[in-house]
Amino acid sequence: MSFDLETFLSFIQMYAKRLEELQEVLNILDNRIGDGDHGTNMVRGFNFAVRQLHEQPPSDLGSACNTVAMALLAHVGGASGPLYGTVFMKLAGIFQQQTEVDKVTWIKAMEAAKAGIVQRGKAKFGDKTMLDVWEPAVAYLLGAHSGTQHETHSEIQSESQREEACEEWVQEVEVAVLATRDRIAKKGRAAYLGPRSQGTCDPGSVSSGLFFELLSYVYNGGGELIPWETRVL
Amino acid sequence: MGNASVVIVSHSRQLAAGLVELAAQMAGPSVHLAAVGGIGDELGTSAPAIAEALRGCPVNSPILLFFDIGSAFMNCELALELVPENVRQRSTLVDAPLVEGCIEAAVAASLGQTDREVITAAQKARTMLKVAR
Repeated sequence: MSFDLETFLSFIQMYAKRLEELQEVLNILDNRIGDGDHGTNMVRGFNFAVRQLHEQPPSDLGSACNTVAMALLAHVGGASGPLYGTVFMKLAGIFQQQTEVDKVTWIKAMEAAKAGIVQRGKAKFGDKTMLDVWEPAVAYLLGAHSGTQHETHSEIQSESQREEACEEWVQEVEVAVLATRDRIAKKGRAAYLGPRSQGTCDPGSVSSGLFFELLSYVYNGGGELIPWETRVL
Repeated sequence: MGNASVVIVSHSRQLAAGLVELAAQMAGPSVHLAAVGGIGDELGTSAPAIAEALRGCPVNSPILLFFDIGSAFMNCELALELVPENVRQRSTLVDAPLVEGCIEAAVAASLGQTDREVITAAQKARTMLKVAR
């Protein structure tokens, strides 16, 4: 597998578009257990990132990620600004000056992004935050990579095998998102609600689930999209 | 080292600006006070804006960074990663009540106290009684 600048740019565009479509869903979830603006914040931040990338086309993956990071930091006021901003700062660190990366590098970047979320948000798995999705999503990548599939095999991995692996990954991600519903929030504004935070999916986990789903989508050049609004509300 | 500088980060631009106004009245012109608040016209904090305020502090002054709630802390930490090493080394995040802490800090800074002393003064605000018992 390889992941290039063009794939990254279509990912950001697609993510911004889907965030816009799911803006209300994210706001409704956040309204129940937070301050109600997760959808609005994410849409504002990623739309700004898309515009920046269009106006100043990046020369490599690293600078593209930096542009997204700075757009999020400057335009998203809630916790999602610094958290998603950190994600893209960490990706930029691994991707710097490269226009195309292989699977090993790509997984390393996702791992660095996850570590960044832990460092920034100081949450633990199970606290009902975006980490509840990032942790299993990245663990799956590491497991899949160190297991039976080796990089050399991936070259000859058939298209259907690749699609199957992506599908399984996205299914795991969806399960992880929905598992946040029954958890009691330990971090962020939702933590103020204590046990009353149960019964609502964590909005940051939903936007993270969408993040991984669309990475898989652009990598495969299409596919079916999860109807998140019917799953998480 | 000059007098310590105080950077005030709030989700509300007005809260940060009002607190600078109040602290300035107590501390006088010898202390650099900076307000950072809001994101566009809305409530929020922004790491690049905080980083800019840190860079704007007088060279050689220790910088004390105060913040209000929630993600303000995360953005302060991030801002410290965005500034050059010589600014980062002089900066300290202060875990203290925002209003009383900043005022105590500004006054201590105006007396030429070291950054350690200024931080201690700010943290005293946590247990300070406002009404005699």
